[in-house]
Amino acid sequence: MDIENLFQDVRQRLNNHYDSEKLLLLQVLQLANQKGMQFTTDFFSSLSERLSLPATEIKGIASFYSFLDKPRNTQYDIRISDNITDQFQNNAYVINTLQEKYADNPKVNIATTSCIGMNDQGPAMLVNGYTIPNLGPGTLEHVFSLIDDNIPLTSWPSELFTVADNIQRKDILLNDVSGNGTSLNKLTNAEPDEILSIIQNSGLSGRGGAGFSTASKWRLCKQAETENKHVICNADEGEPGTFKDRVLLNSYANQFIEGMTLCAGIVGASQGYIYLRAEYLFLLPKLNAVLQKRRDDNLLGNNILGKKGFDFDIDIHLGAGAYICGEESALIESLEGKRGIPRNRPPFPVTQGYINQPTIVNNVETFLAAAGIVEHGADWFKNTGTEKSPGTKLLSISGDCKKPGVYEFPFGTSIKDILSACGASDTQAVQVAGAAGHMVAPDEFDHAISFEDYATAGSFMVYDHSRDLFQVIKNFADFFKHESCGFCTPCRVGTSLQSDLVEKLVEGNASSYDINEIKSIAKLMQTTSHCGLGATASTAILDLIEKFPQLLEKRLKHLDYTPAFNLDAALEQSRQITGREDSQSHIGGYHD
Amino acid sequence: MTDQQTFSLDGKSIAFEDGDTIMDAALRSGEYIPHLCHNPEFKPHGSCRVCIVNVNGRHVSSCTFPASQDLKVESNTAEIKQKRQSLLQMLFVEGNHVCPGCEKSGACQLQAVAYYCDMLSPHFTHFFPRREVDASHHDFLIDYNRCIVCELCVRASNDVDGKQVFSIQQRGIQRHLAVNSDSGRLGDTSFSKTDKAAHVCPVGAILPKDIGYNQPIGHRLYDRQPISQVGDVAANDKTLQEEDTPHG
Repeated sequence: MDIENLFQDVRQRLNNHYDSEKLLLLQVLQLANQKGMQFTTDFFSSLSERLSLPATEIKGIASFYSFLDKPRNTQYDIRISDNITDQFQNNAYVINTLQEKYADNPKVNIATTSCIGMNDQGPAMLVNGYTIPNLGPGTLEHVFSLIDDNIPLTSWPSELFTVADNIQRKDILLNDVSGNGTSLNKLTNAEPDEILSIIQNSGLSGRGGAGFSTASKWRLCKQAETENKHVICNADEGEPGTFKDRVLLNSYANQFIEGMTLCAGIVGASQGYIYLRAEYLFLLPKLNAVLQKRRDDNLLGNNILGKKGFDFDIDIHLGAGAYICGEESALIESLEGKRGIPRNRPPFPVTQGYINQPTIVNNVETFLAAAGIVEHGADWFKNTGTEKSPGTKLLSISGDCKKPGVYEFPFGTSIKDILSACGASDTQAVQVAGAAGHMVAPDEFDHAISFEDYATAGSFMVYDHSRDLFQVIKNFADFFKHESCGFCTPCRVGTSLQSDLVEKLVEGNASSYDINEIKSIAKLMQTTSHCGLGATASTAILDLIEKFPQLLEKRLKHLDYTPAFNLDAALEQSRQITGREDSQSHIGGYHD
Repeated sequence: MTDQQTFSLDGKSIAFEDGDTIMDAALRSGEYIPHLCHNPEFKPHGSCRVCIVNVNGRHVSSCTFPASQDLKVESNTAEIKQKRQSLLQMLFVEGNHVCPGCEKSGACQLQAVAYYCDMLSPHFTHFFPRREVDASHHDFLIDYNRCIVCELCVRASNDVDGKQVFSIQQRGIQRHLAVNSDSGRLGDTSFSKTDKAAHVCPVGAILPKDIGYNQPIGHRLYDRQPISQVGDVAANDKTLQEEDTPHG
């Protein structure tokens, strides 16, 4: 396939108007990788010629994204999810087995990747971008036979790729929202301000974690006097341990797309985008089908529901493996086909977002809630939850519990009640809000999920007493080091320093000096980072240090300075050469 | 005539105009806020974070934060100074900065800002990355060991020279500067010594050839006065003006 066809192919998948083909660069690279095209020098120079961009700059964009930095160059490209829950589900078995079998096989590439949102049915992996969950020995044997027989991925049995929703508890959002055009009908028969005031009255705030008032955001964008505005759905669910958007995208697509359309009608936007994380590639065909059906039903496209001038359509753009692109301004940069570096703010996206035009970015759950609120009224929403956090919250519950899956709870539900609902016992700690969130200790289990208590975008990972919490923070420290965009000094360098110090701690070589170092680097990252990634990269680590002092004391070898390596072990070779094993040949304190 | 708008910087009243950042207004008033990735000729970047200040309890980069009436900005506090030291230490250990042997020593902004902020040691464990030196160009060399990825050369080449000689690769700790040519070498680009990009590097990463160690110790840019009085490296680079002026 040549570059020309590649661009045509990408264009065919998109409905919106794009001023420049540069805006499509990431999508072109994504598709090229999916098709197994090689990222050769020729490939980059053809792109360079076509887009009038230096080839090195295009390489710079590709190299920003995990899936494009090391693009697929084998028949089977396997990436095993390596979140802490995957590790606790023994993904090491998957990695080791695959490596033993295919280490020297040129048709198979084996790597690990950040959380792919399958924590409720892990361990899981991506093969050429497509998800295979529940990797027990049986599934793996099946995969081996397919690879050994050279069966192309497109002919692999579909049951291997079956991803369950695992909805365990429904409340208003999952029960009552129809997505059948009811809320849009209300909009076409009313003034946009009336509809906006319903959302205002409901007290809906962004479900992505920041908690900004949705109505205020939409009003600011509505007030902007420009011809072109944009509505973006953030479906880049990258926070380790969260997968509830996966379920909404799979089974509630009409509902959240209706919310996007509603938003477009209110703010006066004509172009919409779903920024879908690459790990959810398997959801793409289904989402496209829903979009097409809604176009056929006049719920998308021109003159929606017969209202003249209510024109809105939605394109799906794929991410390419970058956690930072869940940050709204980085997401916009990425949607523009660039490296996902968070922007300086102000200006905010509501006035200068996508291609510097007014833009709404909300997450999947927020759009769905907005559609529900307009359909059923503000009271329907604010009758549940707390005064400051009206409504419900979808949680992705995984880890050590009997019933992992998606739970919809009213805001204000205590952690204790949530643990009891999911069948967790002997719980040592709960990770609320993902790797960037808090490690919550048992004496805090009376606390609740809400904006005023433990705020969360939905990740809820449970660890029982059999787990090593130091393995958790090591996993997170490595994750942030890998996912830092590298733009600002404290996050770029700090996440590396932090990862090294945490490793020293995990290995049992740390002293209280190192703990103080971890704390002071954390404080620096929290206060001086360019964006939330650096600011939250130490949260769980500090929690472990502060809330689990008994574990920490056991792990520290010395209370004062300890070198980063084991001095006694370093003398082993000398002992062997000299044939000594007496006490003088050992360094005190290290002799096991 | 409206009243002059002002904010307070460490208790001093600073006048500002619409559209000013804290940094813009401070520099115009002769108040120094240490910085590395900022150059007033270019769009603010906000990446080095050395210019952080405390605004109403929040840390912001003064080069990107808009000035507004009655803002209370703290810059010269023990707490901010400590943070700047740590950020500078991070920049030092991330690359390979061997000041005693570096020809930029004494005229280097990283070094001068570090002196200004009383940074006395690198504190953190050195990363000792393996980085190349590119001496392929006739007039200039790039020593990637000293690059702090401020992107000033990228911005200058894109925005002023219109040559797009530089770009940024990778992310996280791997993020680095690269040259836009098939070989990746500067000698294979249209880069020239009269480019703006040749005269904005705050450190010793992009250096002219043939004139190393030409200033005796005691006469180098920051030998006699601190950077707060001397100003940025780029602001003191008169090469371009000299080149522009006909000889004779």
